[in-house]
Order: sequence, then structure tokens, then C-alpha cells
Amino acid sequence: MSHIAVPKTYKLFIGGAFPRSESGRTYEVSTPKGAFLANAAKASRKDARDAIVAARGAVSGWSGATAYNRGQVLYRVAEVLEGRRAQFEDEIVRQEGVSASAARAQVDEAIDRWVWYAGWTDKFTQVAGNANPVAGPYFNLTVPEPTGVVAIIAPQDSSLLGLVSAVAPALVSGNAVVVVASEAYPLSAITLAEVLATSDLPKGVVNVLTGSPAEIAPWLASHADVNALDLVGAAALDWIDLEIAAADTLKRVYPPENGADAASPSLARITAFTETKTVWHTKALI
Amino acid sequence: MTFLEYAPAPESTAILNLKPEYGLFIGNEFVAAEGESFSTISPATEKEIARVANASPADVDRAVAAARKAYDKTWSKLSGRDRGKYLFRIARLVQERARELAVAESLDNGKPIKESRDVDVPLVAAWFFYYAGWADKLDYAGLGGNPRSLGVAAQVIPWNFPLLMLAWKIAPALAAGNTVVLKPAETTPLTALLFAEIVQQADLPAGVVNIITGAGETGRALVNHPDVDKVAFTGSTDVGRQIARSTAGSGKKVTLELGGKAANIVFDDAPIDQAVEGIVNGIFFNQGHVCCAGSRLLVQENIHDDVVDRLKSRLSTLRLGDPLDKNTDIGAINSAEQLQRIRELSDIGEAEGAELWTAECAIPENGFWFAPTIFDNVSTSSRIAREEIFGPVLSVLTFRTPAEAIAKANNTPYGLSAGIWSDKGSRILAVADKLRAGVIWANTFNRFDPASPFGGYKESGYGREGGRHGLAAYLKGAK
Repeated sequence: MSHIAVPKTYKLFIGGAFPRSESGRTYEVSTPKGAFLANAAKASRKDARDAIVAARGAVSGWSGATAYNRGQVLYRVAEVLEGRRAQFEDEIVRQEGVSASAARAQVDEAIDRWVWYAGWTDKFTQVAGNANPVAGPYFNLTVPEPTGVVAIIAPQDSSLLGLVSAVAPALVSGNAVVVVASEAYPLSAITLAEVLATSDLPKGVVNVLTGSPAEIAPWLASHADVNALDLVGAAALDWIDLEIAAADTLKRVYPPENGADAASPSLARITAFTETKTVWHTKALI
Repeated sequence: MTFLEYAPAPESTAILNLKPEYGLFIGNEFVAAEGESFSTISPATEKEIARVANASPADVDRAVAAARKAYDKTWSKLSGRDRGKYLFRIARLVQERARELAVAESLDNGKPIKESRDVDVPLVAAWFFYYAGWADKLDYAGLGGNPRSLGVAAQVIPWNFPLLMLAWKIAPALAAGNTVVLKPAETTPLTALLFAEIVQQADLPAGVVNIITGAGETGRALVNHPDVDKVAFTGSTDVGRQIARSTAGSGKKVTLELGGKAANIVFDDAPIDQAVEGIVNGIFFNQGHVCCAGSRLLVQENIHDDVVDRLKSRLSTLRLGDPLDKNTDIGAINSAEQLQRIRELSDIGEAEGAELWTAECAIPENGFWFAPTIFDNVSTSSRIAREEIFGPVLSVLTFRTPAEAIAKANNTPYGLSAGIWSDKGSRILAVADKLRAGVIWANTFNRFDPASPFGGYKESGYGREGGRHGLAAYLKGAK
């Protein structure tokens, strides 16, 4: 007997749940040849604001978790990703129209990159911070801390790897993320959300919006409860206007990147979304 | 005669050898500006000290062109070791001329001579000495091997620590291999112009350091100049926002050190005598003209009365007056505009129902003065608890639990600094972890050191000055 497939409804990922857009809107996702794939949720301004509220609520728990714990949770994400690789490969082939081997290579790299970042959680502080030999009786230490809520416009020309490359580094230090997925390839983002939802990542730490980056990004850029704006995938948008909007609350802004090595793995992508705290402790004079 | 009465002990201005008029310092020479000159006055007497040039956009062009030429032709080609030697020279020259610089600073800014002599100028020398040693060690700055300088840095500094802010800007920029055009604040250009003479004495290659004077228009033209690669600004959050907007998409690397509304948290187990000294130093140091000033005192409820009583009696011993007098604790407010702003917010504090207390002290006839002031029973929503006053005005709030202290401390769009006073080390560490501020002082306040990074979270700006992190603000990794 043949099996009639049960297709998935692709929805948003906000605060650990998978709601439809509150606007009720969807948009059609197709293969490069125009065949129908899915009706993805088209997130609205209200969805973006809900996602920011969820992210803000998740900051203290995630940033307060031990670095070891964050590392273990992020490593588990890679484990679960590996277990569902067939689904990711299939979606990449269908969305991007690439060969199976190209899709496999993209998933391989996404998993490996996630593991690479997972290993940084309990190390970047040692590399980015230091003791300061001040001229006085003080114990003076500089450490990096997460910036808070990071809004990300994911790379638009990649289904999974671009998304992973942008989201994983922001999570390392303990930030919570609102990410706008690739408009053309949103399915991998929602499937990744399913991985995140089943990997012990606290709810709200990552929130995924699908839809039009041009429509959603200005609301994220101007929202006063967003601390940093990663425009890595915003090259095709009016990104200078986004940076100007972000200036109102002096958000940290990371500019667009183009080309094959956009959002390539680096310590700089981790520290870009950290603040530097310096604490002076008095020492007794004995 | 009470124990508080002292014979005047003014520092002599004879050590100064000022010119009646200063031009712009471009390419190691003082040159005339296009526009009208303006006068810089002593805020303690309102008397003119000298006239300074007002740089026009065309003058800014000239200065940036000189910096670009120096960058391309000489400075970027020098070895780090040689750049370092120039910076060491500057550090020594600052030490040699320390007294003169301190007198000039107090004269032009209004800060007490004991602060300019014992804090500002020694730190200026220390800053150059610290970064001089980095110039040939950039591979260890944390950006990987062979990091590159950025090019021409546009630097705009405030009037509260004129020469010290100059050092914070110029020392790391030069160590990293950049050339600079620096604009001091329009009310305090004097020590920057004396520093220009030090640049000449150090025989720095022409154009590596350019100093242009002027007001906001000059600063705007400098920051927005297309041939500038780096912008470093210290000043108000409003101007910081404008700079973030106007440099958006330009590719300029920007560091902003902006306003603050720091909480100084005093727990009931704190060493109270030290805490009172720290609170006083936190808000009345430099007349409260300090972006990281501890302007919100958060005191645990059960010791509130004791702390406030002791504060009042301590403040009653502070001596306000002639900045050049070695006995003076509180100098002059830097300008009439700033005094107006302080008065305005102080009036609002009273109108909003906070209890005003002012130290009794004689206010000199001329000049700009504001007596040390405490507002008690301030609510978190009051404007004097939210807005930066930038003057000798302390707002007192209370808390019961550490969680409440942290919540109140973080309840501000700013995040520059904070203080914690407690005898319990584990509590200090836990509270320091939770405070969203770039610099935290535990059982001390307002400490600065060239080895220690300084800068804010949130709307207090971004980037760090001081330490290894401050160097990274003037470098990019090799690619």
C-alpha cells in the first residue's frame, strides 16, 4: 500500500512554541523551478515584538548558566542536528535545487561549525578577558559578558549553514537571539528550530521569524529592548537605514558580509556580541 | 578661627608662558584659521585666558590632509619600536612639564589644582608610558599576528578632563600606528594647545598629531570627513547618537564613551567611613563633571539615616573656591551653560518632591559655582534619578535586598559604571556579576589606570579605552 505523505506546516518559533504568525499571513516557498514546497508563516511586526519579549525573558537564565552547561547544551544541538541530517539534506536539495552531495556537505559543515562554537563557551572568556596590572592595591579583572538580546538578519543565500554561522556565535556568551531566516529558504530554519526545541536549550533563547526581512528588520533595528543588530545577511536591504535606526538606542551593529566566506567561523563573531566589564576590587594593605 | 579655616595657598600662574592667541596645530605648526577666533575663559573668574582659533570645514580638510599625508608617508612606515620611542618621549615631556600643565588645566577647566596635579596630569604621563610600550607588541594585542592600523583617527573630547581625555585618545591611536586630528572642547582648549608644543619638543613627524579648536560645527565636520577612518568620541549620549547616525554605513570604526548615571550601592555591612569617603569622591570629584560619577546613591534602608548624616557632616568640611588654591576641594563649574543645566535639574528635583540639602559654603562673587548638594527620598522615576546632571548633585535612594539594589541599579538606559560597598567578598562578586555596567568599583570609586579598560554598556556607548582592549579600538586584524 502506498503512503500518502503528511506534510508539515512550517510555523514561527517564539518562546519555545511554534505559533502561526499572529497576522495570519503566509507566503509560498517554492523550489528554484517553481514547484510548491510549503506555505511558510510571514511574520509581522507584532511577531517580532513577541519574539523580542521572549528573548529578553531568556537572557538572565541562559547568560547565568555555567559556561560548561551552555557548552553541553550547544553540543547537544549538534548531536540532534546530526540525527536529523537526512531531513536537512532533503530540505536543502528541495529549496536550493543543489545536488545531494552539496546538501550533505552543507549539513556536515553546519554540524561541525556548531560543535566548534559549542567548544568556545568555556574558553572565550579566557581569551577575551585578562587581569590588569593597575598601579595600586587592587585586584582588577576584565571579562566579556553577553550583550543581551541580539537581532540577526540571517544570510539570505544559504538555508542552513548561513543561519548556523550567524546564530551559534551569538549564543556562545549567553545572548538570546531573534533571527530572521532566509526569505527564500526558510524551511531549514524552522526545522533547526525543532532541533533547538528538543536540545535542552531554554525556551526563548532562540526565536526564529520567517517572512520578509525588508519588512521585519526595521522593527528589530528600532526596538529599544534589542541590544545588538547583526546585519550579516542584510546586504540587499537598505541596511544603512537599519544602522541609523539602531543608533537611537546605540545598539551594537555588525555590518553585512558578502561572498562565500560570509559569517565564517571566528572568535570575533563571538566577541562582537559581548560587553567588556572591568571590576576593581580593593586589596587590604597588610 | 575654626579648624576649617586655612590661609590661601594658591599655586602660582607664573609657571605659565601662554600666548595671547593660539592658531590651529596642523603639520607640527601653529597656523591661522579661516574663521573668527574665540576666547577661552577661566570659569572661576570669567576672565579671558587666551584667544583660540575656530576651525572651519576648510581648516578641518587641511588637518585631515596633513594627518593622511603623515600616515601614508611616514607614520605607517615607521617600526613599532620607533613609534614607541616617540610616545616615551611624550610621556617624559609631560612629566617634565607636569606642574605647568596642572596649573593650565585648573585655570581653564576650574578643577581644583590638587586634582589636576595629583590625578589628571600623572595619569596623562602614565597613559603615554603604557601605550608607548605596546607600539612594538601589537602581535599580542589579541587580534592575531600583524594587526593593521586604521589610518586617520578623528577624535573629539569633552571638557571635564581635557588633557587626560586627549591622552586616552592620542596614546593608543599613535601606538597602533594611526595619525590623529583631535578637537578639544571649546571651553577647555588650553592644555591641548600646550600639548601641541610638547609634540613639537618631541619632534614627532609633522602631521602625526593635529589639534584643531572649535565648537560643535568643527567636531561635526571632523567626524563626518570622508577621509577619516576612525572616530573616537567622548561626550554626551545625544551627540553620540548623532555620530552613530552620521557614520552609519561609512565603514568608519567608531568608539563612543558617553553619559552615565552610576549607582553607588552601599550595603549595611560596608565599612561606613570608607564608604562615605567613596560616595563623596564618587560624586563630588571634579565637581561631579564625570561621566562615570556615582550620582545615584543606593543605600540599604537600615543604615540610610546614619550614612546620610555622615555624608552631610563630611560635605560640610569640603572647601569650595579658587581652583588654584591647594586647599580647594570643589572648584568651579566649567561653564555658564553647564551651571544653568545643573540648576535646572536641581529645581526639577525639588519640584518632584525630593528633599534638598546643600552644604553651607561661601560662593565666590565671580565665576560659576554650585555648592555640593544632596537630594534625599528620590524616587526611581524622578528625573534627577534618571538623567545625567553632570554636576555636584547626589540623589539618594534606598533598597532592602541585594536583588532590589541590582534591579534599581540596572534601571537606567546607561551602563557606564557602578560602585559596591560591602565587607562580604562573595556578595560583592555576585552583585558585580549582575550589574550591567562596564566599570565596577568594589569598596572604591573613580579609579582610573592606563592598564584598565574603561567604557560602557547600553547607551553609555561602545568600545573601550585603556588596557589591551583600548588598543584594539585602533586596530584591525590582518586578513
